[in-house]
This record gives sequence, C-alpha cells and structure tokens, in this order.
Amino acid sequence: MDDSTRRVLESAEFRQLVARRWRVSALASACLFFLYYGYILLVGTNKAVLARRIGGAVTLGIPLGAAVIVGAWILTAAYVVWANRSYDAAVQRLRAHLDR
Amino acid sequence: MQTTLGTPTVSAVVFFGLIVLLTLAITWWAARRTRSTREFYAAGRRVSPFQNGLALAGDYMSAASFLGIAGLVALRGYDGMIYATGWLVGWPALMFLIAEPLRNLGTFTFADVVAYRLRQVPVRVASATGGILTVLLYTIAQMVGSGNLVMLLFGISYEWAVLCVGVVMLAYVLFGGMIATTWVQIIKAVLLLFGVTVLTVLVLARFDFNPGALYAAVAAKYGQAALEPGGLVTDPVDAISLGLALMFGLLGLPHILMRFYTVRDARAARLSVLYATGFIGYFYLIIPIVGFAAATFVGRDAIRRIDPGGNMAAPLLAEFLGGTAFLGFIAAVAFATILAVVAGLTLAGATALSHDVFVHAIRRGHATEQEQMRVARAATLIFGVAAILLGIVFKGQNVAFMVGLAFAVACSANFPALLLSILWRRFNTAGAVSSIVTGATLSVVLILISPTVWVDLLKNPSPLFPLRNPAIVSMTAAFVVGVVVSLATREPSAEAKFDDERLRTYLGVGAV
Repeated sequence: MDDSTRRVLESAEFRQLVARRWRVSALASACLFFLYYGYILLVGTNKAVLARRIGGAVTLGIPLGAAVIVGAWILTAAYVVWANRSYDAAVQRLRAHLDR
Repeated sequence: MQTTLGTPTVSAVVFFGLIVLLTLAITWWAARRTRSTREFYAAGRRVSPFQNGLALAGDYMSAASFLGIAGLVALRGYDGMIYATGWLVGWPALMFLIAEPLRNLGTFTFADVVAYRLRQVPVRVASATGGILTVLLYTIAQMVGSGNLVMLLFGISYEWAVLCVGVVMLAYVLFGGMIATTWVQIIKAVLLLFGVTVLTVLVLARFDFNPGALYAAVAAKYGQAALEPGGLVTDPVDAISLGLALMFGLLGLPHILMRFYTVRDARAARLSVLYATGFIGYFYLIIPIVGFAAATFVGRDAIRRIDPGGNMAAPLLAEFLGGTAFLGFIAAVAFATILAVVAGLTLAGATALSHDVFVHAIRRGHATEQEQMRVARAATLIFGVAAILLGIVFKGQNVAFMVGLAFAVACSANFPALLLSILWRRFNTAGAVSSIVTGATLSVVLILISPTVWVDLLKNPSPLFPLRNPAIVSMTAAFVVGVVVSLATREPSAEAKFDDERLRTYLGVGAV
C-alpha cells in the first residue's frame, strides 16, 4: 500500500464519508422498516383500522397499501439524489488524492 | 362465460411464435458477440442503467407474481394486496445495504464479494452451495409452475410444456449468455408492463376511470369483507417473518445480484435499482386492480373452475375485456415471463458452478479464458437439463412452498455473510462458512417441520416448529453464528486486507 493510499484511508474526509454513507443508509432503512413492518403489524394486530371506510366502499387499507409501495419508491429516489449529489462528489475529491 | 383458454387459438399461437422468433433472433445476434467470460456472465458490462432496470424487473417479476397475485386478489380480496407490497420492499433495502459495494467488489457473482479477503476454497464452496440451493429451489417452483401454466394456456401436455420452456431457455443462455438473457428479460418486462397496463385501462374505462366505482362493484358482489384484511395475516410474528424473508431474500438471490455486474460502475448500479423499483412498484400498484376486476367481471366461481389456485384470473379477464385475440397476447406474455425468469436462474446457477466452484475452488483461480468458456457452457447445459428433469420429476407436487423456501435460504444463507463481509473487519473464513451453513440448514429444516410442510403436505397432526416462515429465526441465527465464530477465531490476513477492500467498496478503486 503506497503513501497516498494510506493518507486517504486515514484522512478525516474518508472516515466521515464512510460514516455518513452508513448513517444515511441506516436512516433510510429505518424509514423503510417503519413503513412496511408498521403496515404488517397494523394488519396483524388492528384490522379494524384498515377496514374503516373512507368514501363509498373504499377502505383505509387500500390507500395505505398503495402508500407502502409509493413510499418505498420515494425513499429509494431520495437515496439516489443524495448519493448522486453528495456521495459521488466526495468520492471524486478523494480519488484525486490517490497516486494510482 | 365460455372460454377458449386451454385451446391453442390462432392469436395465442401467433403471439407465442412471434415472441419465440424474436428472442431466438436476438440470441443469434448475441451469440456472435459472446466470446469471453466478460460477455457470457456480464454482457460485457455495457448494459445501461435504464436497460438494467428493465432487465432486473424482468428477472424478478415471475409468473407467480403476475398470475398468482392477480388470482390471490380475485379470490381473497384485500389479502392479496398485502402480499403484493411484500414483493416490492426488498428493492429499497437492496439499494441502501448492498447494491454499490456489491458492484464495486465483485466480478461476476456475490461469492466474489464474500470471498474477497477470505480463504478462497472454503468460502467459494460454501457461497456457491448457498447460491445453487437457492437457485435450484426457485427453479423447481418455476418449472413446475410453467408446466402447469403452459398446459392450461395452450392445452399441450405437462411434459411437453416443461420440455418446450427448458429447450428455448437453454438456447438463450447456452448461445447468447448474459447478452441474450438481458434482452429476453427486457422484452418480457416491456410486454408484461404493457399487457397489465392495457388490462387496467380497459377495466377502468368500464368505470368511467373512477377506481372507487370498481371497489363499489366488488363490495356489491362479494360484500365489504373483500376490501378488508382477512385471514392471510393472523399471527403477527409469522407475518413479520414472511416480510423479513421477502425483503432480505431479494438481497441473497444470485440471479438478481448477478445483474449488477452488467453495468459499468456503482453509480450505474444505483440507477438500475431506482428504475427497477419504479417498474416493479408500478406493476404491484396496478395488479390488484386486475384481480378485483377479474372477481367482478369473470366471477370467483368461474376462476376457480379453471384453476382452484386462481392463476387464470388475469387471462380470463383479458378474454372478457378484449376477446380471444387479447387472451392470446396475455397468454404469450405469461409464457415470456416464465422464460425470462428461468433463463436468469439457469445462468446464475451455471455461473456459481463454473466461476465459483470450478475456476476459484478447483483451479484456484488459474484457468485460461477458453477453458472457462467451455466450463461455463457445460455448466449451463448441466443446469438446464437438471431444470427440465426436476420439472418433470416434481409433476403434480405442491411446490408453492419452494418459492418461500428459496427466499428463506437466500436471506439466511447468502445475505448475512454478504453483508458482514462488506461491513466488518473482523469477519473471517470460519465465520462466513459457519454462517452460511447455519442459515442454509436451519431454513431448510425449519420449513420441513413447519405447518407448511409437516402438517399441510406430510399430514402430521401438529407442527414441530410453530411458524410457517422461518426467516426470523434462521436469518438471526446466521448473523449470530457468523459474529460469534468470527470473534472466537482470528484470521490476520483477512483483517489486513480490509483497508484495501474499503478503498474499493467506497471509492471504487480497482473495481472491474
């Protein structure tokens, strides 16, 4: 391992980048878990809420189920926006410090 | 209502013939471009993120999700919708946890990542075993399903149906490798999304584009209960366990993970997942409309008469709304759906055999390009023939549980070792092998003694393990064993290589 590699690995910027990457990922995963497992637990423990009618025959469960899918996609898109803007820029800066 | 389902109508045969001709023409074109392992396993890494997003969707959306979920919604109402959400939520998790490291660290398979800094032979053999077990279970379910479906759709015998699917699929993979497989999956995804969209528009047109009116018609015919959660989710622990298997199983499916090596870099991998999640999410969002409409227009009794499992709900609705011609189109789309999935599975199984077992475990990484190509094609042939034989052997068996088992093995054997190898410096060979063995054994054994197999199939009075889905136990155990065994043993060389791995994981330095 050459000097420039060691310097990059030990740099505060690299460490912060890795820490930030997993913080973002943990936060996004937590939102996903809340959304999906929250929905499943609601189905498992309190069916009456989902059976509540919200207009005509439509039950609250129908928009909630759709919201899980749409919400999951929005989380994915939010991660991509963050990674494309912030993460990739930091990677470019760090790679510029490498000799190889 | 009268149906021509099960008789080879002109339109069904024409659409079926067109799909087979088009895909075989593409295979011929792809075969001339497939000269090296890079092309055979990874389509030369020249697939664009948009194309890969479509191909991932085509690789993932099986006939079980198209015909099965439409049928489940038709027969069991809202419960089918709950099931549909589970099939999407793995995709964001795949993005947040492994998509980019997977692309940066590997060459052709997820075992490349697990074995990156560990001892090659034991880790390759263990990872390939977990991968092949997952792929085989999934393949059996797909082949048996395809035999039954093609038999119902076109009225040919089960054995001919399996043979027909097997031979066409084998032609794609054997000659066209990943390039042909990718295009078959893209074509299938486009056809499937188009077919389901047309169905949905035709349905909504009958209700003046007011979905509320559709739900009112469902409630009028089958009561408000059809729009409320019913008996599918009763035990919350079992429901969470199924959710874990569906979500994290995706992160251990070899045929899905392999697609990440067809794009240029981690950024392209990231975009692929975004496109794939969009296409798959759209599909699961509108498929319940197809199911509810089938219940309304075709009727539950008529659907059950053709197939008790409800699999023919969507084709019957297509016939009701668009006549024989549209039924033929939807039947051909279902056929293309099966082909694309089994092609992806066969390529993944063959790659584990040839790249992981032969090249890295037997030859210790030393094999010429020509030799690797020969072995890759031989492995494809072996895997394809095995798929056909297994399809015929399991004729008439209830194999629906095998999809669940494939997801349970994927999330318990493959995913924990993959995630730990990316994240944790102290993870080592002993930890990886014991985690994979624990996850694979536990998920298989627990399913065998669960209510699904022990009671429903083997007719024992009570199960030895209470849950239908073992993931909550088997996946947790695989993580715990992987961590404990790693902590109990030391492998200085693995720890020393972790810095190098981090540079590649996060900055893409040295990624191929």
